Amino acid sequence: MSRLHSLKRGQKARIRAFHGDSTTEEALREIGFAEGDEVELLERGLVNGSPLSIRLDRTILALRKSEAACIEIEAD
Amino acid sequence: MSLEAPSATSNDKNAEPQGKAFTLALVGAPNAGKTTLFNGLTGGRAKIANYPGVTVEMREGRFTTPEGRKIIVQDLPGIHGLSGRSTDARIALNAIRGEIGKTPDLLLVLIDAPNLHSHLQFAFQIRSLGLPMIVVLNMIDLAKRDGVEIDLAALEKSLGVPVVATSAPRKAGRAALVAAIDAALPDLAQVTPDKDTEHSLRDFQIQARQLSARAVTAEPGMHRLTRTLDAILLHPFFGFVTFLAILFLVFQAVYAWAEWPMGVMDGAITALSGGLRGILPDNWIESLLVDGIIAGVGSVVIFLPQILVLFFFILIMEMSGYMARAAFLMDELMLRVGLNGRAFIPLLSSFACAIPGIMAARVMESERDRLTTIMIAPLMTCSARIPVYILIIGAFIPASNVGPFGLQGLVMFALYVAGIVSAVIVAFVFRRILGRGGEQPLMMELPSYKMPQLRDLLVGLWSRAKIFLRRAGTVIFTVSIVLWFLVSYPGNDLRSSFAGMIGRVIEPIFKPLGFNLEIVIALVPGMAAREVAVGALGTVYAIDGATETSEGLYAALQAGWSLPTALAFLAWYVYAPQCISTLAVVRRETNSWARMWGMTAYLFALAWFAAFITYRVALALLG
Repeated sequence: MSRLHSLKRGQKARIRAFHGDSTTEEALREIGFAEGDEVELLERGLVNGSPLSIRLDRTILALRKSEAACIEIEAD
Repeated sequence: MSLEAPSATSNDKNAEPQGKAFTLALVGAPNAGKTTLFNGLTGGRAKIANYPGVTVEMREGRFTTPEGRKIIVQDLPGIHGLSGRSTDARIALNAIRGEIGKTPDLLLVLIDAPNLHSHLQFAFQIRSLGLPMIVVLNMIDLAKRDGVEIDLAALEKSLGVPVVATSAPRKAGRAALVAAIDAALPDLAQVTPDKDTEHSLRDFQIQARQLSARAVTAEPGMHRLTRTLDAILLHPFFGFVTFLAILFLVFQAVYAWAEWPMGVMDGAITALSGGLRGILPDNWIESLLVDGIIAGVGSVVIFLPQILVLFFFILIMEMSGYMARAAFLMDELMLRVGLNGRAFIPLLSSFACAIPGIMAARVMESERDRLTTIMIAPLMTCSARIPVYILIIGAFIPASNVGPFGLQGLVMFALYVAGIVSAVIVAFVFRRILGRGGEQPLMMELPSYKMPQLRDLLVGLWSRAKIFLRRAGTVIFTVSIVLWFLVSYPGNDLRSSFAGMIGRVIEPIFKPLGFNLEIVIALVPGMAAREVAVGALGTVYAIDGATETSEGLYAALQAGWSLPTALAFLAWYVYAPQCISTLAVVRRETNSWARMWGMTAYLFALAWFAAFITYRVALALLG
């Protein structure tokens, strides 16, 4: 079971489920993530590989590593 | 439900009461283009509306539709959904529901057209509130440029509300939007709330994705330029280097670009006071005008170019989409010192002025992080300190070069860095005191890069210039006159004046810092607004007869202060206890007198020790 933060630069995947507390899930959904969406990891921060910039459809979103770890993905 | 329909009983337009103004609220995600649309609709004439009792300030503007309806537009804080986790989001939601200010008659729900797929769910969420609304597909020009094609009719049919495509900066579509507003307003009563079923966010997402799959008829990949730029600007190494280079450029530009207009203004002010001295008889009226008002207000007003240069860069960074990238780059580092990347934007605005910075901390969801951000915001060197820095640096630091950089610019940069480093330390201490509360999520959109709109830039600069000049015309004007009186009477020299008497009482506190009586006298009115200190020095030395022009103020300072004193004064100003308006905002935003006094006390202590250490070290080194 892999999570969004484990993607490498340029790798794509599809969102399968949300984990973590309900507040985080709600925030992730509000900003646009949903089951079945395609995501692609674009860039990563210098320290600790956080934060991550993620392409969701045509939108780019920034998540911390810990936040990205709440999104379960499957290979596209 | 109070829909205040003007024609609840009849649908006849003639039944509308004459002169009633309708309230329109702009609702949308951050970066959906609300401000640009607001400026487009209202011509940029906004006033900040204050609602007493609640801590809310909203931009409000007016316009009249072609059919003659008077409209008040409210620009609400950006939201992504209805959960209202941050203070800002709660303000927006309360305003939509009419719990703050006037109940909106109609919502304009802005959706970012190029990102319809992930943003359409917002329209479904807002629609569930059952309020009259128009969906505005904003930035349709950018969508078209990228090759995204959207079937408006399909959206309208499925959402059951009017859908209008606009490109906020251009006039295109704005006429259609205004026509849609005119068409919607008489029919408000007929909007039926869609409240028959409870929907979860997940349901809205499913609905939105199904609809966007039908309505988006062509959708290429993401904006290529954004992707290319991000590969550099968010690069772990080059991104950081670019970021530092940009910050450095800003501080150099504040000096270099403003030099010419400053010189011109300075010349004009000198000519004016010289001219007045020639015309007026040598009595107290001449002294009040020349030594009091012109020396006080004039020495502050000439710093307008510097402040505009700083705001120019901040606005460009905001409008181009770079600001969010800066927050991205800083996030992990800031987390490690007990802050986070979301605090970056409030802190960066604090470089302009701590007041908007402290209010911008409302975007933060964690109360602990919001408090910490508020407490350190004043350590970011605000633009009101620029006049003080420029004056002292100009008088005491030689205009030589260190490599390719000007020494004066470097000293200025060092003062900014001193503030930032102190903020990091203070934040660390606060985290120890406040404990580890809930952590603020980063989660934000990185908007695609956009060309800044000239109109928004000019509107933004003009509103800053107005604030600055208004302060110069009111606070600084008044303080200059009062101070002129206090330093002029009774007696003929500074020591025997009222101000001298007051100054001598508090002088012992500042003696260890190497501050002389003139500085002590200038510090007190500096509480009204920091830049007043410059005006106050201008007035104090003008009365002393040491100076007749601001050119002369430099000479007077060089004659009256030692270098250690000047450096201690600069160090003092890195921390300097806040101006009264900042303290008032802190009290309001934290709803606590104790926190306000706490901030005052810790900043005063830091300022005193920093100045003390600077003075002693400089004395020891320079003899």
